[in-house]
Amino acid sequence: MARLPLEGVRIVDLTVVWVGPYCTMLLADWGAEVIRVETRQVFQPSTRGYVPYPSKELMRSQRTWSLALPNWEPGRRPWNRTPLFNSHGRNKLSFTVDLRRPEGQEVFHRLVAISDVLIENNAPDTMEKLGVTYENLRRYNPTLIVVRMPAYGLSGPYATYRAFGSQLESVVGHTSLRGYPDTDPSLRGDVFTADAVGGILAALATLSALRHRRRTGQGQQIEFPQAEAFLPFLTPAFLDYLLNGRVQGSLGNRHPSAVRGCYPCLGTDRWLVVSIYTDEQFQALCRVMGRPDLSHDPRFADSLSRRKNQDALDKEITRWTRTQEAYQAFRRLQDAGVPAGVVANEADVFSDPHLGVRCYFEPLTQEDTGTHYYPGLLWKARNTPNRLRLPPVRLGEHNRWVYQDLLGYDQEEYKALEALGHIGEDYPPDLR
Amino acid sequence: MRQALEGVRVLDLTHYIAGPFGTRLLADLGADVLKVERPPAGDPARRLGPFFQDTPHPERSLLFFFLNLNKRSITLNLKSATGRSLVRPLVEWADMVVENFSPGTLARLGLDYETLASWNPRLVLISLSNFGQWGPYRDYQLDDLIAYGMGGPMLMTGVADREPSTIALYLPLYHAGALAALAGLVGLTQAELTGRGDWLDVSIFESQVGSQDWRTVALVGYQYTGETFTRRAPATTIASGIKPCKDGYIGFAGFGPRFLRVVEMLGRPDLLKDPRWATVEARANPEHADAFDTEVFLPWLMQRTMREIWEVAQANGVISGPVFTVKEVVEDPVFRARGVWAEIEHPETGKVALPGRPFLMGATPWALRRPAPLLGQHNEEVFCGMLGLSKQDLVRLRQMGVV
Repeated sequence: MARLPLEGVRIVDLTVVWVGPYCTMLLADWGAEVIRVETRQVFQPSTRGYVPYPSKELMRSQRTWSLALPNWEPGRRPWNRTPLFNSHGRNKLSFTVDLRRPEGQEVFHRLVAISDVLIENNAPDTMEKLGVTYENLRRYNPTLIVVRMPAYGLSGPYATYRAFGSQLESVVGHTSLRGYPDTDPSLRGDVFTADAVGGILAALATLSALRHRRRTGQGQQIEFPQAEAFLPFLTPAFLDYLLNGRVQGSLGNRHPSAVRGCYPCLGTDRWLVVSIYTDEQFQALCRVMGRPDLSHDPRFADSLSRRKNQDALDKEITRWTRTQEAYQAFRRLQDAGVPAGVVANEADVFSDPHLGVRCYFEPLTQEDTGTHYYPGLLWKARNTPNRLRLPPVRLGEHNRWVYQDLLGYDQEEYKALEALGHIGEDYPPDLR
Repeated sequence: MRQALEGVRVLDLTHYIAGPFGTRLLADLGADVLKVERPPAGDPARRLGPFFQDTPHPERSLLFFFLNLNKRSITLNLKSATGRSLVRPLVEWADMVVENFSPGTLARLGLDYETLASWNPRLVLISLSNFGQWGPYRDYQLDDLIAYGMGGPMLMTGVADREPSTIALYLPLYHAGALAALAGLVGLTQAELTGRGDWLDVSIFESQVGSQDWRTVALVGYQYTGETFTRRAPATTIASGIKPCKDGYIGFAGFGPRFLRVVEMLGRPDLLKDPRWATVEARANPEHADAFDTEVFLPWLMQRTMREIWEVAQANGVISGPVFTVKEVVEDPVFRARGVWAEIEHPETGKVALPGRPFLMGATPWALRRPAPLLGQHNEEVFCGMLGLSKQDLVRLRQMGVV
């Protein structure tokens, strides 16, 4: 394989849950050496599962995506088998150390001293207790780039407020702008868009800081408050309020200048999304539906009247979609020039012919999990052939390499740290 | 202070939403982004709302304004031979070219990657498109709704007895634009280190399929179990999701071991003695979750305001967040004091406040340096100043419809 662009960049990864790990995954995918710092003594309840030892009963009764371990079996090491983690765990390394103890701190500082970047997304007070601040860490590495991704900021009254993506999205306005317009927010469900876009933006910030360091030798801290980083994604709604005084609500699946919606198809929970922006698209839709009468209907004569009469038009579209198999309808509409798509479930996505031709999914084999296909690289580079290199990393999988090869601990010291519980590949059986 | 991407030159051939969002991110960090618009109408986003005072006008689109801050604009008809000859020195000038034409368009214009690379081997070409540069869906159309439906977790978004529901307008497009900007920086890193550029194929569809919201988690879960996942009834996960309270709504994530903090917050540790809520397994039963809501949680919430609940939740380490409207966010004193709002002069409206820095870089700050450009505002500066054309040349080009 060719040299990858980020080869030679070493990242200390203290990230948890999704947004931070997604950031480091994006960097690892393109060659950064990402070393996860994990602790056997504390179980962060949403990273490698909700609890270290989930029962089979829990998994089978729930059958939710978050507990979908292979064959609904916990296995000997459930934390290496959870999709919560394995969806972003590829291409990384992992070692264990207890940062709360002095000898753990020493290990950590040795690693910091020979790294380029540290990335974390924990509650700020948790990190400060462990000495993970820019002021402290730069003593061990003056050119280090420290990326801290708290929910609301490292300072200010909200600094210690806890949030996942969904909650902080509510706080910056997203929930008020999405979901069913005819129901109250409690019937909108959660979304976690801020996790995905936050990971991307933080990786972007990290690469910018690395560029600056290549040119000047200067490191820096990047404070990445997840809520504040998401807020600009809603800018048009804020401008509409600040300049026009309008408090936008949710459009649901609709659009201010198009007719669009989500329509039921043949089968259970099968749906088609269709977007009509132009007269040509509307004419094409009528042709595909076999409804030339609608294309002459004065209620739908132009974009404005179609939007005014969208409820009536939706009924007509639904009458047709109910008789259609979703994928066939999608292909027929697109081939006729109508923007449309299937609301895909996981099986659809894995059997999608377009993703198949593009070899989007890649197989990875991991000791505790077996061989499975995983979502692949986020873009393709013509001159830089690349693929997923390492399977979702197991807890402490690279202990020996990190301690001995990288940090220079000898066999005796390694044994001593192992005896103290820093080093291991399991969580203690009584850990909750 | 210097900016992190100072000296990075971006020739921006993007239009509409996703591409301009991506190049805006680069411009905010200091890149010199030169936006090329098609004469005479320019970027179609100039015709998209919302508009200032609801008056449609090419210089009053607030969407365009947001997407194109910090950029310069020239007009250039790439379909004309003269236009093509003028683009070559700009490609030689650039570190990156970003484009989001329909796949194949660039080649038809004689501007395929091979040609561009022969002019400038260090060039990173970022092609952002609906479904990617090749494959059976290559020429299919897509918007934010279709992207979220086909690629993203739309089937899981909403509640069980309703249709799937999308997220706020254009978010999946911004999402893909951000990914294109990241891809561009990865490519730039390679080019700066090796002298060799690259052609990057970024697909809006794939940006959703690989999105760490819960899309990838559910995909991996399907691989592991063969199960597909969909919308659930509300209140099936204990102490989680969005709940009503005295003056609005507030979201929680109180499942699993986090429930211990929830009962602390309620001052009701005794609830853990109830067999329905005593263990992680018992609490995972949707009926028990629902019972907790009706018997305990909702009565407590309905007596308190969003702010009161948020405060006491935080004091107990409970994950929560009120559902604020855009107005409430703008009025929030904490966000204001932290400086999330920036100000810039708008040519039509005067001073405008809008969301500013997404993050704080200690040494190389994010900055708003200039408002979104008027159509062709920098023609003279670029064609005469950079490319050495005379003012008469420019007049002639304008008459020919090239600029």
